[in-house]
Amino acid sequence: MYALPRAYAKASAGIARNDERYLEFSQLHKIYPTPKGPLTVVEDVNLKLRKGEFVSLIGHSGCGKSTVLTMAAGLNPISKGAIVLDGTYVEGADPERAVVFQSPNLFPWLSARENVAIGVDRVYPTASRAERQDVVEYYLERVGLVNAMNKSASEMSNGMRQRVGIARAFALSPKLLLLDEPFGMLDSLTRWELQEVLMEVWDRTKVTAVCVTHDVDEAILLADRVVMMTNGPQATIGKITEVNLPRPRTRKALLSHPDYYAYREEIIGFLEEYEHGHKKEAA
Amino acid sequence: MTAIDPSQLAEAREAKRTRRLTRINKAEGWFKVIGLPFMAPLLRAIAGDDPRGQMKLLWQTLFVPILSILCFLGLWAVLAPKVHTSLGTIPGPAQVWSQAVALDAAADREAERRVAFYERQEERNAKLIADGQRDKVQNREYTGRPTYYDQIWTSIKTVFMGFVLATLVAVPLGIAAGLSPTVNAAINPLVQIFKPVSPLAWLPIVTMVVSALASGDGGMSRSFIISAITVTLCSLWPTLINTSLGVASIDKDLVNVGKVLKLSPWARVTRLVLPSALPLIFTGLRLSLGVGWMVLIAAEMLAQNPGLGKFVWDEFQNGSSDSLARIMVAVLTIGIIGFLLDRMMFAIQNLITFSDKR
Repeated sequence: MYALPRAYAKASAGIARNDERYLEFSQLHKIYPTPKGPLTVVEDVNLKLRKGEFVSLIGHSGCGKSTVLTMAAGLNPISKGAIVLDGTYVEGADPERAVVFQSPNLFPWLSARENVAIGVDRVYPTASRAERQDVVEYYLERVGLVNAMNKSASEMSNGMRQRVGIARAFALSPKLLLLDEPFGMLDSLTRWELQEVLMEVWDRTKVTAVCVTHDVDEAILLADRVVMMTNGPQATIGKITEVNLPRPRTRKALLSHPDYYAYREEIIGFLEEYEHGHKKEAA
Repeated sequence: MTAIDPSQLAEAREAKRTRRLTRINKAEGWFKVIGLPFMAPLLRAIAGDDPRGQMKLLWQTLFVPILSILCFLGLWAVLAPKVHTSLGTIPGPAQVWSQAVALDAAADREAERRVAFYERQEERNAKLIADGQRDKVQNREYTGRPTYYDQIWTSIKTVFMGFVLATLVAVPLGIAAGLSPTVNAAINPLVQIFKPVSPLAWLPIVTMVVSALASGDGGMSRSFIISAITVTLCSLWPTLINTSLGVASIDKDLVNVGKVLKLSPWARVTRLVLPSALPLIFTGLRLSLGVGWMVLIAAEMLAQNPGLGKFVWDEFQNGSSDSLARIMVAVLTIGIIGFLLDRMMFAIQNLITFSDKR
């Protein structure tokens, strides 16, 4: 129905070297120096992602899941260990690792179109003007902003801004999409709407994605695997659950799926176990 | 002929009124910007929108200021004659007004003389050409006394020259200081030391340096350059400090977006840094222009730049019975022009900077 824009197809047409270990976190640590000595916030995170996989990272607030994400984005230096994306070590921020932030972080003095274009101009330097405009318009249409493309970001509601944020991230044609509690600031109704928008756009591009969230339903709805993190400090991966629910998913279809509640119980059970702080494992 | 339905007519009138009121509401912001906040309620009262409520607003925005000005004038008129100086009593509002009128009349006379001078010169030259003595034709500039308006204009030109120079130095330096803590650390001690220095202290140094470097011909007189540079040195600081503050306090999340998009340094400054910092840069510019205008009068007094400062100084030295009244005319002029300059900057700021509130 809607073909991907030409410039996007061209940019994403490279053959990946290792599709099974497309993104790899190995022995990832984050240690902050404090007056009382070094504080290990994230300890020994090991995780491999297939190409095109969607992983949700869930845990209690303050458990360091966002730290893992910002390290993958290159916005937060890695203390120990490494993150390898498609055969290259992650070092510093780059448009190949697009981020959807919790607050939309648009440039308020620009319109929706300009906000998306500023990134597109950066990643498709060889594409013609018309091709780039195509990419911008394609993604703004996908997130449902056909009629608001020229609206100034400062005049938009938070929901609309986050739609632009999603369009901006996808339009970068990233190798990896990082979502940092992308719907945390929205009311429930808008959040559901945007989850569907995200699913719809993601289904077309099948970009490898990591989404940090503390909403159990959101984690299941979006992900192929839900990665549960223990409480910080020294947070690490506690449990991983494969979500074998048919795609494309909708919130309604999931609610009536027999397996859905089992997944839900499993995750909530894990989170409840860690509700009262970090549990020391018996040595 | 069709009958006109009265209800339809009323509807049309209502629609027209609503349109007019929306226009007034839109203009309200601009009235405030240019310093006429009473215009909107006045127009609204005329348009018939809640006249009683508008009267309350008008009372605050129009009548109270007028009353306070009248009180001031009254006190001035009563108290001024009681102070005796070597130049007679302090002039009251009436004398000051008559001096303002006199200055205006003097400017008119000067203009007439100027016209007459050029007419005579034309005539003389035409006659010489007619007599075949083309080599004796002379074109001289009229060199009469500068009028009060000439002096105002000189002051405005000088302050703008100084202000533009200050902006050209302060904004780039401020951006550099805001972006790089190293640059900031390098600049900060110098700023702290030089910021509190009075224009009167700069002036002798500037005078010596300019006298040594500038010949004084080529369009700009030395006194003009000296005054302008003194203005620059004193009005640099508000812009510099506010620019670096504005740049340093850009939303960290937006900076992260810039990092993810890997914007080039140029794009980072033009697309991210400048638009974010513009409101504070303008706050700095407004302060700078205000400081510059204040400094200018002092600088002109000492540097003998033929502007308002020199006018005040000359009148003071002159010491005629009208001098004090003329100086007061100058004081009021300085105040009004300072206010207009500030409003102008504010209007430009509102035009070109982004703000959430609009």
